[in-house]
Amino acid sequence: MFLAVRSLSFQRGRFALVGLVISLLALLTVMLSGLATGLVNDGVSGLKGLPVSAFAFESGIQTDNAFSRSVVDKGQRDTWAGQTGIDQAELFGVSIVNTTSDTGEDIDLTLFGVEPDSFLLPKLGDGEQVGSVDGVVLSRTAADDGVKVGDTLTLDRVGTTLRVVGFTDKQDTFGHVDVGYLPLATWQYIASGMSAAGAPTDASVAAGAIDTASAIALRTADGGSLESAGVDVTAADEAAHTTTLSLTKAFGASPGYTAETATISLIQVFLYVITALVIGAFFTVWTVQRQHELAVLRAVGTPTGFLLRDGIAQAGFLLTAFTAVGVVVGLGFAAIMPAEAPFAIEAVPVVSAGLAMIILGLIGASLAVLRIARIEPATALGGQR
Amino acid sequence: MSTPATHSPASAASPRVTGIEMQSVVLELGDGDRTVRALDDVSLSVTGGELVAVVGPSGAGKSSLLAVAGALAHPTAGTVKIHGRELATLSRKERTRFRLTEIGFVFQSGNLVPALTVADQLRLVRRLTTREPFDPMPLLESVGIAHKADRRPHELSGGERQRVGIARALVNSPSVLLVDEPTSALDRERSQEVVALLREETHASAVATIMVTHDHDVLHHCDRVLLMQDGGLQPHSAS
Repeated sequence: MFLAVRSLSFQRGRFALVGLVISLLALLTVMLSGLATGLVNDGVSGLKGLPVSAFAFESGIQTDNAFSRSVVDKGQRDTWAGQTGIDQAELFGVSIVNTTSDTGEDIDLTLFGVEPDSFLLPKLGDGEQVGSVDGVVLSRTAADDGVKVGDTLTLDRVGTTLRVVGFTDKQDTFGHVDVGYLPLATWQYIASGMSAAGAPTDASVAAGAIDTASAIALRTADGGSLESAGVDVTAADEAAHTTTLSLTKAFGASPGYTAETATISLIQVFLYVITALVIGAFFTVWTVQRQHELAVLRAVGTPTGFLLRDGIAQAGFLLTAFTAVGVVVGLGFAAIMPAEAPFAIEAVPVVSAGLAMIILGLIGASLAVLRIARIEPATALGGQR
Repeated sequence: MSTPATHSPASAASPRVTGIEMQSVVLELGDGDRTVRALDDVSLSVTGGELVAVVGPSGAGKSSLLAVAGALAHPTAGTVKIHGRELATLSRKERTRFRLTEIGFVFQSGNLVPALTVADQLRLVRRLTTREPFDPMPLLESVGIAHKADRRPHELSGGERQRVGIARALVNSPSVLLVDEPTSALDRERSQEVVALLREETHASAVATIMVTHDHDVLHHCDRVLLMQDGGLQPHSAS
């Protein structure tokens, strides 16, 4: 680092410029990481919070957007419940509706229909648990929008009303809208398309309900994967006429999830590649400009390894310092991000993105400074330049 | 030369040690489709404390002579020994180490590292050989540049840069000093000062010095002058 530190100090203007570029790339990386996490949370946080090992959908269903397309019934659920290794199997209803609050506010909801005594009940943060036929438990984020316990939400067009009885303890969203948990029977009543205006009653629900749902939520005894619990998934799918996806694969069955995450991932990959190229290009030019100086150093007996280590250490310092600056600025931007923006900062994605930038930048720099090994020390002599 | 061989080596009282010995050296270089003989049967022996100048027209092979003598190029034929060590027996890594410890280079215009201060130019070369504490000031004082120890190369004149280059070349007490056109960027007065300094340091350090130059005005400082022409080396008529 003897030479590297002094070069950084002497050429601080030049290094500050490339450092600024690194910081801007790091800032973009943090923003994209926050956007990616925010979009995932907005898209599937309702699913992520469920204590489910896998979902079984209607056989042969296209796995993208499967929650909206799949229809399963109680018989299929019973088949799954009888499978070795399955601890619990419950019908699970998913549908997206438009509602209007008492104050005339438009509120879009994803209704999760769950059996009131099942393992699918959400963790409650406030109010009452799912149970009453006209009651709905909303995501905590709905409370941030001004909805209160006791408010009434009216489903557009059909006029069916739901009473807000509680809120979950965290963000529960699906397809970028808040989740509302309600009894499966009420969900079936609404999903049947035959619900009437006004609040559902036990009688109206019993009269108009269907016995189907969107998927079967499956859980093993320890909450782990079906395979680890010894479930023969292929045989069970054949028997129940279903297609089973693990919880994380089922994320892809939510609206737009795959397209959104793939787009963000692609942009992130491009940013990493750009970082490697920018750093590689800078150190290539830097090495070429120092070619005669490096030839002199090699001629006087400086080992190539010393010069290579020095160059890579210089790149490592630049990348680490200026990536850190970019990340800190990014975290500052995150703090002032509007609450409604799909943006969330989590330590692991941010640290991973920062490390990826540093590592790929170092690879670019290493390829550039390898030129040092090819510099002919004899060119230091005037007549052979 | 006005004062030929008036400066006896400082080591004259001690036995004269051969710093570098080149025997029948041939160096052939590729030049497009043909081969050029840059050094043609060159033999040269320089003892410690002796300053030998090599003059000759451009393209005569002077820099090639320094490249071979400085373990920067392999001769096609012949042998080169420095301090009794045959260079051809050294591996690539050993040659690098050998250049660091046994050979000092003084380049045109000093060729210093722009980012380093005068003192750090010397510290860098010293650090490559040992991590023991090193005070560059005595050496800088001996070349008359200690008062600018914290300056960087762009803050020095051409003559001052060459003084630093000479000090850097002497940091590891080499057996051989190879000097490449040290006055090419200097005015007449600075040229005289720099070559006089080279003579003093050569004698004081008992180092075998070969100086390649176009500048005939500085030859009187040298103990011996040789003429390089078409790759061959012969005594210069002025010496």
